[in-house]
Amino acid sequence: MDDLNQLLLGFQVALTWHNVLFMVVGVLLGIVVGVLPGLGGPNGVAILLPLTFGMDPTSAIILLSSIYWGALFGGAITSILFNIPGEAWSVATTFDGYPMAQQGRAGEALTAAFTASFIGALSGVVLITFVAPLVAKFALRFGPAEFFGVFFLTFCSFIGMGRENKAKIVASLALGFLLAAVGLDTISGDLRLTFGTSELMKGFDFLVVVIGLFGVSEILLTIEEGLHFKGKRAAMDLAVVLRTWASLPRYWATLIRSSVVGMWMGVTPGGAIAASFMGYGLAKRFSRTPESFGRGEVEGVLAPETAAHAAGTSALLPMLALGIPGSATAAVLLGGLMIWGLQPGPLLFVEKKEFVWGLIASMYLGNIAGLLIVLATVPVFAAIMRIPFALVAPIILVVCAIGAYTVESSRFDIWLMLVFGVVGYVFKKLDYPLAPLVLALVLGDRAEDAFRQALLGSGGNLSVFFSNGLVSTLMILALLLLFWGPLGEVRKRIARKIGLSRPAPMTP
Amino acid sequence: MAEASPSTTERGISRRLVETIVSLALMGVAALALWDSYERGAGWDNGPENGFFPARVAWILAIAALATLWSAFRREESVFVTYEQLRLVAQVFVPLFLYVLAIAFIGIYLASALFMALFMLMLGSFRWWQTLLAVVLTPLIIFWVFELQFRVPLPKGPIETMLGY
Repeated sequence: MDDLNQLLLGFQVALTWHNVLFMVVGVLLGIVVGVLPGLGGPNGVAILLPLTFGMDPTSAIILLSSIYWGALFGGAITSILFNIPGEAWSVATTFDGYPMAQQGRAGEALTAAFTASFIGALSGVVLITFVAPLVAKFALRFGPAEFFGVFFLTFCSFIGMGRENKAKIVASLALGFLLAAVGLDTISGDLRLTFGTSELMKGFDFLVVVIGLFGVSEILLTIEEGLHFKGKRAAMDLAVVLRTWASLPRYWATLIRSSVVGMWMGVTPGGAIAASFMGYGLAKRFSRTPESFGRGEVEGVLAPETAAHAAGTSALLPMLALGIPGSATAAVLLGGLMIWGLQPGPLLFVEKKEFVWGLIASMYLGNIAGLLIVLATVPVFAAIMRIPFALVAPIILVVCAIGAYTVESSRFDIWLMLVFGVVGYVFKKLDYPLAPLVLALVLGDRAEDAFRQALLGSGGNLSVFFSNGLVSTLMILALLLLFWGPLGEVRKRIARKIGLSRPAPMTP
Repeated sequence: MAEASPSTTERGISRRLVETIVSLALMGVAALALWDSYERGAGWDNGPENGFFPARVAWILAIAALATLWSAFRREESVFVTYEQLRLVAQVFVPLFLYVLAIAFIGIYLASALFMALFMLMLGSFRWWQTLLAVVLTPLIIFWVFELQFRVPLPKGPIETMLGY
């Protein structure tokens, strides 16, 4: 009940006129960011973050999280109308969304996608409202060892649950850690890995890295594909919207299933991308007409969109309650919190109540505003895609350069952005995942500090990580997740061997 | 996956080559980190010294890079990027490089205008007035948003100084 009162107070914070204005502006900007290639969620938030340094933190995070909602909505527009996923998490939406548009049912597909997004996001917010305070309360008892345990769990689950080559995930994480270590070491006061250059003394700012990795590289990849956007037109009117809404209750099972999958994948850092594919796969498996998937089945749009948004929203739960982001965009938002002088983690719920609950309330409002805005403005944003790439691309690159510069007012950072643009391009083409790199870069110092503080407390004895039930559980769980994939492989291989060797004696 | 069948004759840079270069580069980064960390002490002196963590991470990176290298040689060869694609990418990258270089000398506003003009003339098919409009408007809008609205100073060159900013 106390939490509900807090939430009501939060609505009072979020419903002031300038916060609502920021919400609307954020959603609109977010849709632009989601529609345009080269400006994804993490990158869009990273570019705008420096502009909010002077703002009140609550308004700032409402603006930035609204960009996130908008980007989630925007990804669906290009997937359905142009068969180009604006974001990686909307790849699965193209499978059925584009065929529907080809059949002239674009309006229906878009309405379904946006509504599904809304339902997914809402389930994520409800989860945050009720679970985040409990997690935070629980985490108040955490010491450095427990925090290191949680960090360790996060990194291990990235490795264990990632779909990419494990060695590449590990390499990406390790590179992120090393980049994070560059510069002043907070505990000893020494300069590390700077090799005597003054530019490296302040370390690598994750915002610059994100702008390069996600922004510049995306433009390079897009140009490589050639520049032919051929879009379908969408006729949106109230009748289509209402008709689609009326048909949605039929798919309640899919919606619930995808929401649950998404919430789970978002809290554990499996991410929205994996969630959208899982949601799609499950919907197909449970469907009575699996053969109609891929040919314009509404369910094939509903399932991935619900899951992606539930995951994208739930990714903010560990960020708020534990200070550990569940996605690249959440990592950027977390970096923002630290810049505004707010220490993310369980204490935030005690010390900055009005901030936390204002943010949570704004999640409800932001998603409602997002749904209405996106339904009303689809034609406008579809038109953006018809602007020639030769005009859009240089503008995006100029904005990226400005974003990189404004972080620290450093010209060297623009060069860094360029370098990381090339790194991102090569990494993406070679299937190195980028999210672990960003996560490690943001969390690296804090994970290391927790590790060292725990050991300072124990006099250098490693047994501190197994000293009580809680931290032991975290560490064992982490190791289990880490070896989950390899163990499964071994089991499969053994099973195959047994399977092969059994019929062998039968043959003469 | 498009198996490297003889029918796909489009030539380009070998993926295996790029995988190798990236692995070696990562190993190089790991070696640098190891060198720096052990120089300052990466051991255990009543708890970890300040090079301890980076050194362990660098070892992990080196091993992971080695594993990637190994798997790169085990998988079938394919094309990383065709020369045609590389040409398109270069058309974007070279102006971008010049743009970043130019920012240091003439400030971000003029550099942005020149960059957009170059980009639009090279890659687009615009009418002259469209290009002109974009080239003039973009820096002005940026100036209005950043310098006037948010009061965030951006890099400026001699021209802006002449105009009094």
